[in-house]
Amino acid sequence: MPPASLPTAEPRAGRHAALALAGLALLAGASLFVGAAPLSASALLADGEGARMLMLSRLPRTLACLLTGAAMAIAGLVMQMLARNRFVEPSTVGSAQGAALGLLAVTLVWPAAGLAAKMLAASLASLAGTAAFLAMVRRLPVTQPLLVPLAGLAWGAILGAAATFIAWETDLMQFLEIWLNGEFSGVVQGRYEILWLTGIFAAAAYLLADRFTIAGLGRDAAVGLGLRYERVLLLGLLIVAAVTALTVVTVGMIPFVGLVVPNLVRMGAGDNIRAALPLVALAGAGAVLAADLVGRLVIHPFEVPAATVFGVIGAGVFVWLIVTRRGHGA
Amino acid sequence: MAHRGLAILAAALALSCLVYLVIGVRGNWGFVLALRAERLAALLLVAASVAVATQIFQTVSGNRILTPAIVGFDALYILIQSVLVLAIGGLAAAQLPEIGRFLGETAILALAAVALFAALLRGAAGDVQRMVLAGIVLGVMFRSLTAFVQRLIDPNEFAAVQIASFARFNRIEAGPLWIAMAVGAAALAGAWAMRHRLDVMALGRDHAISLGLDHRRMLMTALVLVALLTATATALVGPLAFFGLLVTSLAHLVLRDHRHAVLMPGAALIAGIVLIAGQTVFERALGLAATLGVVVEFLGGLVFLALLLGRGWR
Repeated sequence: MPPASLPTAEPRAGRHAALALAGLALLAGASLFVGAAPLSASALLADGEGARMLMLSRLPRTLACLLTGAAMAIAGLVMQMLARNRFVEPSTVGSAQGAALGLLAVTLVWPAAGLAAKMLAASLASLAGTAAFLAMVRRLPVTQPLLVPLAGLAWGAILGAAATFIAWETDLMQFLEIWLNGEFSGVVQGRYEILWLTGIFAAAAYLLADRFTIAGLGRDAAVGLGLRYERVLLLGLLIVAAVTALTVVTVGMIPFVGLVVPNLVRMGAGDNIRAALPLVALAGAGAVLAADLVGRLVIHPFEVPAATVFGVIGAGVFVWLIVTRRGHGA
Repeated sequence: MAHRGLAILAAALALSCLVYLVIGVRGNWGFVLALRAERLAALLLVAASVAVATQIFQTVSGNRILTPAIVGFDALYILIQSVLVLAIGGLAAAQLPEIGRFLGETAILALAAVALFAALLRGAAGDVQRMVLAGIVLGVMFRSLTAFVQRLIDPNEFAAVQIASFARFNRIEAGPLWIAMAVGAAALAGAWAMRHRLDVMALGRDHAISLGLDHRRMLMTALVLVALLTATATALVGPLAFFGLLVTSLAHLVLRDHRHAVLMPGAALIAGIVLIAGQTVFERALGLAATLGVVVEFLGGLVFLALLLGRGWR
């Protein structure tokens, strides 16, 4: 981070953040009043039924979208620093598929396991999947940045095929579908609160942001600057794995959030990770909420999963990023 | 040398076919054999279509990693089917004559493929990685778009699309799909006729042009052929992401030849062996349901990764 860029970057980031907050508030307000059952402001005041629906279903759903989006965007940003590559995110490097494998394993071995045990298994498996990917990345030449996302996609496909095989043979395909295809229609009060835990990991990412920036310079430079590289790497991996596991267990994976959002934000706000992180979180929350809103509206009163909506839009943006950012390195 | 390789492969394929036909037959031999022979023909055609389509695509795109399935040809085909059902309704789509529907969908696929991928392949010439990545993500986008459109379809009409999210080989029904088989066979013949020009194509765009090949037209023709072959295979069994990659890589490894007259039949034979022998083993010996497609996917993914890490992308 060149010091000269600081004075210009900070106020601009502040303006962006204010704009993003305003947009987010609008989206969240809309989200409270959109759904299969009609709900208007007047009905809300008139009887208890409307308020009950708001508290039981709409508010939890809106919060779940915001939390998931923010956490996944941050996880994507951390992943990009760790892999030193802009074109990776948890669902394209095997983190999500690893979490699903861990969940499958615990479901088969110990069907009565509680949520905590499932979370732990998913996190550990996700950690292993991501660590294996990073080990692979180290063997790739730094001069070929696009090989990294390619290897990640293949690794994710392999883990995904393994999960599909196990799930198919054990009649758990439906679960796998739910884990890997995020949607929010099932979110009601009492079924999403665990997502608040992602806040802890987001805060940790913020505290460690400068270290991730240094780690992003590569092992030799980071060690030379006095960073305990392996420890920072492990902490980053933990954040990515835990956020991924939390998302997969509660609402399911939403592809491309962690990839598209940080890239777009960094195009505007620059590469100061600590300054960009709140913006990335806000933009991620807004993007997922918007995708969910589109999913709720497009075939109203039926719904399209947010992951499907985001898959289409996110992939389109990704292709555009790849094709246009020629010569920008990775 | 290469021909001996082909002969060995052909013998292995014949053996797998024989085992597939006769293993575990009980009761009426005539009935069972007729049923199995029909399926066998369809499986062989699928194998040849996928293998040849992949080989052609890799030659014209100048790399060994991309396959038509990875860049989303099959997803595009299913997307076209889904959009048709969405636009005119499942009942109306089902009432369209089989021939007209298949030919129409295939024609749209060919047009879309030429429009999309000719631009991609020419625009990214010389930048193989960028093209590969853009192609893969395009594939992801087509699959998401297909899922999106299928959600929009009335659930009652959804059955009209009738394509699962991954391939199933044991439910193949050749009977009503003879038109797909005819188109596939014709496209295979077309590919065989192009084998020498494909050899020239493999030298790269500049060499091909200086040797007198109309590179642009060749690229279009090749993409149309790939579209026809993909439509055939997808209509018969469903989408197959890494199968083509697996068999063309094996063909390069086993035959060690660069002539398409050897590579295309070799890849087709290997694809046939993998499908027929694999199906026999999985269905009869292991008693596993419909998972050959998933195992092929797993192995293909490993090959993909090995190619990347081993710098096979040139």
